[in-house]
Amino acid sequence: MAVFIDRNTKLVVQGITGRDGSFHAKQMMEYGTQVVAGVTPGKGGMMFEGTVPVYDTVQQAVEATGANTSVIYVPPMGAADAIMEAAAAGVQLVVCITEGVPVLDMTLVHPFVKEKGARLVGPNCPGLITPGEAKVGIIPGRICTPGPVGIVSRSGTLTYEIVYQLTRAGIGQTTCVGIGGDPINGTSFIDALRAFEADPKTKAVCMMGEIGGTDEQEAAEFIKREMKKPVVGFIAGQTAPPGRRMGHAGAIISGSSGTAAEKIEAFKAAGMGVAQRPKDFVELIRARLH
Amino acid sequence: MNIHEFQAKDILRRYGVPIPPGDVARTPDEAKAIATRIGKAVMVKAQVHAGGRGKAGGVKFCPTPDVAKEKATAILGMDIKGLRVEQVLVAEAADIGTEAYVGIIVDRATKKAVFMVSAAGGIDIEEVAATTPEKIKYHPVDPRYGLRPYEALQLGFFLYKDAKQAKAAAQIMRQLWQAFLDSGCSLAEINPLVVTPAGEVIAVDAKMVIDDNELDRKPAIAALRDESSEAPSEVEARKANLTFIKLDGNVGCVVNGAGLAMATMDLVKFYGGEPANFLDIGGSSNPEKVVNALRIITADPNVKCILFNIFGGITRTDDVANGIVTATKANPLKVPIVIRLTGTNEEIAVKILQDNGFSASSDMDEAVQRAVELAKGGK
Repeated sequence: MAVFIDRNTKLVVQGITGRDGSFHAKQMMEYGTQVVAGVTPGKGGMMFEGTVPVYDTVQQAVEATGANTSVIYVPPMGAADAIMEAAAAGVQLVVCITEGVPVLDMTLVHPFVKEKGARLVGPNCPGLITPGEAKVGIIPGRICTPGPVGIVSRSGTLTYEIVYQLTRAGIGQTTCVGIGGDPINGTSFIDALRAFEADPKTKAVCMMGEIGGTDEQEAAEFIKREMKKPVVGFIAGQTAPPGRRMGHAGAIISGSSGTAAEKIEAFKAAGMGVAQRPKDFVELIRARLH
Repeated sequence: MNIHEFQAKDILRRYGVPIPPGDVARTPDEAKAIATRIGKAVMVKAQVHAGGRGKAGGVKFCPTPDVAKEKATAILGMDIKGLRVEQVLVAEAADIGTEAYVGIIVDRATKKAVFMVSAAGGIDIEEVAATTPEKIKYHPVDPRYGLRPYEALQLGFFLYKDAKQAKAAAQIMRQLWQAFLDSGCSLAEINPLVVTPAGEVIAVDAKMVIDDNELDRKPAIAALRDESSEAPSEVEARKANLTFIKLDGNVGCVVNGAGLAMATMDLVKFYGGEPANFLDIGGSSNPEKVVNALRIITADPNVKCILFNIFGGITRTDDVANGIVTATKANPLKVPIVIRLTGTNEEIAVKILQDNGFSASSDMDEAVQRAVELAKGGK
């Protein structure tokens, strides 16, 4: 068991012939993910790497292959449409890696995806990996190892850092979910936490948040109210100045709201473990697994 | 991206929003000429990307063109929250009856654009939200239908009892909504929305913040960027496709990924140092980016030590190593450098660095502690 993706995931790669799409499609195939189709309008009929059929539309790809998950590597101005195309084609899980999607596009995408009954992860995210089973996105496979810890994070490389430290310490992961650094995203901390709580393999969860917004505070309330499994949290951006966008579009302290201090306070109030440094996850998680 | 008040007003005028006439001046003489042309009392207003301009003395009432010149002389060149005033807006001074607030923000919780309106205008809306939240009406807009006329009218009547004023406000809100969408805003506000003693509804101040992700498809809006209002290092970084924010410390940080960059800054602070900047070289590394990053960081005289923290996923650490070697050959470093890299092609990277006289660590905490020590003058 795992959350959102596993060995039964049948993946269609949108933008498979592009620079990023082709590179990561190969990486996902090497990891053992079932990449069943690719989509690039105008390149239908082609074979990718000699084994993966390419279609002009997601609709065709789904009809021909039964793909149930899609991953998107298309340029930012086309990303919203790509998400909608996948959801309209009946794909259940849509993972958008693309960074730089206009937030007003996302306000339109959100109700559409909901109506179609699909789950969106991202945009501006590293995707997901269930170690030993499947990876959808760009998380390096070799830093992960199977085990009992669920990971949910707004960041990419910071997640790799922490997963890598856990793996080196012999602590494996059920699934890593990168929800992305944008202000409006498809899957929230709470969505991922709920899935980990329901997953029998997951025994503890690491949650990596950032400055900006109140998602972490809401997640802390959810943890307090509904979770039995232990959660350890971290907030990046304690030294960030207010009013500046710290790389991620969502990482901005507006007025006095969205600060690291208020988020850490919320974690403590929920009885969570708080990692002050990335390396603190190792001991805090170890203590909660035994 | 922030744009100036006069730019936001120019946009809103095109959508029909009633705004008192005005123009922007870069010299006291220009300010006087604009005031003369307007022929009435004017306000001279500093155009900087900072709130609280009035409190800082950057907004003045001028009954005559000569006073406008005098006030413009005082305001131009003034420092407001670290920003130098390069231009002033000279606008007709409105007769103010009542002041209201009308704004649109993209709200993360509802995942929609939300109208915020309040009859308590003229002051910072965050202050109203903190002290008298009941005075603000929040109205999420369904993005599929936009702001319908009946919704605008409801909001208009929330502000004004008088039907003529409510209708005028509703019209302005629909115009603001269209400008917000077309310009790719993450925030647009009119504060204050004024009812004059004669009963006219007009916008006296306006603010727009543009979503950076929109700029590629909105070149006319992107052209409104005022580089003179940003730190030169940040302008240079943007042109080199780096995300850079200058801070006050002395440990210069070069990191890949925004989350790791923030966590690195936090760790510098944790070990008793102060970060000099936020700098994300992004996912796909080419050595050129590293060269640019080093040039920008070493231009800051406060920087006493440079810290690289690279976790190679998509980023190839050998690319970063090559960048460091190239950059330091062209411009030898005057301050110590601490390099932490791990991940993709780590062995090759370490070899490249060692062959060129650098050492590299694979442990983040170790590297950060070392950088903090060196920045403090340690050996």
